[in-house]
Amino acid sequence: MRIISYIVQKEFLQIFRNKAMLPIIFVLPLIQLLILSNAATFDVKNIKFSFIDNDRTSTSRGLISKFEASNYFDVLEHFTSKELADQAMEKGAVDVILDIPRHFERDLVKNKKAELAVYTNAIDGAKAGIENVYINQIIREYNQHLSASLSLTDHQVARPINILAIPAFWYNNTLNYKTFMVPGILVLLVTMITLFLSGMNIVREKEIGTLEQINVTPIRKSQFIIGKLFPFWVLGMVLLTVGLVIAKIVFSVPIVGSIGLIYVFTAVYILLILGLGLFISNFTETQQQAMFIAWFLMVIFILMSGLFTPIESMPPWAQKLTLLNPIRYYVEVIRMVMLKGSGFIDVIYQLSVITVFAFVMNGLAVWSYKKTN
Amino acid sequence: MSISVHNLSKSYDKIKALDAISFEVNEGELFGLIGPDGAGKTTLFRILTTLLIADEGVAKVANMEVVKEYKRIRESVGYMPGRFSLYQDLTVLENLNFFATIFGTTVEENYELIKDIYIQIEPFKDRRAGKLSGGMKQKLALCCALIHKPKVLFLDEPTTGVDPVSRKEFWDMLKRLNKHGITILVSTPYMDEAALCDRIALIQHGKLLEVDSPQNIVDRHQKIIYNVSAENTYRLIQDLKRFPTQEAVYAFGEFIHYTDSKSSFSPEELRAYLLQNNHKNVDIHTAVTTIEDVFMDLASTFKSEAIEN
Repeated sequence: MRIISYIVQKEFLQIFRNKAMLPIIFVLPLIQLLILSNAATFDVKNIKFSFIDNDRTSTSRGLISKFEASNYFDVLEHFTSKELADQAMEKGAVDVILDIPRHFERDLVKNKKAELAVYTNAIDGAKAGIENVYINQIIREYNQHLSASLSLTDHQVARPINILAIPAFWYNNTLNYKTFMVPGILVLLVTMITLFLSGMNIVREKEIGTLEQINVTPIRKSQFIIGKLFPFWVLGMVLLTVGLVIAKIVFSVPIVGSIGLIYVFTAVYILLILGLGLFISNFTETQQQAMFIAWFLMVIFILMSGLFTPIESMPPWAQKLTLLNPIRYYVEVIRMVMLKGSGFIDVIYQLSVITVFAFVMNGLAVWSYKKTN
Repeated sequence: MSISVHNLSKSYDKIKALDAISFEVNEGELFGLIGPDGAGKTTLFRILTTLLIADEGVAKVANMEVVKEYKRIRESVGYMPGRFSLYQDLTVLENLNFFATIFGTTVEENYELIKDIYIQIEPFKDRRAGKLSGGMKQKLALCCALIHKPKVLFLDEPTTGVDPVSRKEFWDMLKRLNKHGITILVSTPYMDEAALCDRIALIQHGKLLEVDSPQNIVDRHQKIIYNVSAENTYRLIQDLKRFPTQEAVYAFGEFIHYTDSKSSFSPEELRAYLLQNNHKNVDIHTAVTTIEDVFMDLASTFKSEAIEN
């Protein structure tokens, strides 16, 4: 015990003595949390909108004014011809072109039917899809408004039935993406920092030759490993705490569930990540190699975590693969507990999976650590 | 017997780092392992300090078998690797305390043993190890290797890259430690340090060439060595190598060391030959044989034997 506590002391001493390391551990992740949470949004705003109004009637102007009124669209320009609009699209000056044909109003009144052409820049497919939804929504609303007024003038008995859908978004009433993203990004930061630090730590001792010196001493592997990794476990927990405080104060993310449960889950989760870091250490000779492997895993973990793209929309094989991704479970749990107020019983599946992973990973790591000696 | 090695072999892929070597080191002895880089010194050290497992053979340290009783060996040996391997970002005192703790002891408990050495670095005890000079680093590393009062001390090229004054000091310290009854196995590529050991083993290409006290090794060497000098050293070497009965020619300090294969050789013969070849200021006199001469001789016969085989 005395030996372990001395190694822990030594590790902390080294961490705090390293002037470059402290900001890397604490300041950088928090900057990331602040920047990413504000920047990584699924909202598409400031869409560069342009139109060609060949009709020039009150109806066409009314439609355009609807776009002007929307805060998603910046109505940039009125083109006189399709050619000019196309050129602007080529240059990237506009994202969306609405082409209103001649006799738009007349066709609408006469035939109860008119056509509009919408051209969208689909280089970013996801963005184009969302833009399309916005556009359709505006046009549909306008259409309803029009048909209501048209039917009045027609003195018709049968009035159009307006179906109004009122969406209710559970656990995130205003669909505030920050509420959704902040816990997720916090998960990434905790994972990243603990994985990188633990992955590089023992390799560093290998690199500077101290591991050889340590290996000649009667110190037991378990003492050494626990002593080396415990400080990073503490750092991970501190990071989580600071992150939660920022989430609450800066982003006002609701914490509906029990904070204790988040800590319990994180405690086991970090053990798993530390085991993974140790495992990486065992199979690498330099910090550079360790860093690359850690990055490789991290990118896969992040992109397949369901944080940025929903797991449900992945192909079946990828969905199965995400079952091995620890970040996936952590993202699920932290969102469930923070936003939905899930209790221990609700997260027992994720908790047991992570516990099993932690045992397997640490077992492998300790086993392979012996082999390298 | 403090260290006993019997028929030890170790190969890395196809390269034989150690080839069936056997030797013994007595208790309280200062034993030197002398050989050039790549001779297999570090491999032998790593096997004896339980960091590496040999392919064949048996090795015992302090009467314990290196494979079966590796745990107990680790408690009773001190190892100082060739490369400085302490924590550069910890201070002198922190390093010392760290190693004392993981050996389950304290600095105070064995202070007596390291006192002589520690006093020299004590003024810098709050300085980080990385900021120490080369000689200071060596002293700190030695303190850390001694802190648990080991029975056997392994020093792998402790003086490589250390200035001559510090080197001398270091060897004086080893001599003093020896008096505490600690067996020391030290390796070095410097032949002049060999003379300071109680006994030495000359090693090359994973084979031991000779094991004995430095004096005996030199005494047993029958060949007379001549110091030869002339104005143009480069031409001198070329011409000496062309002399029909030459056996070995190699530069040694300001002289060329020359040995002849003929027992009836007289230096006058050589002088006449060199003057004939327009050498000026030719000087030939017998030299005092050193370990280096013996090593060069043994290494060359070893090589020619190997070629013949």
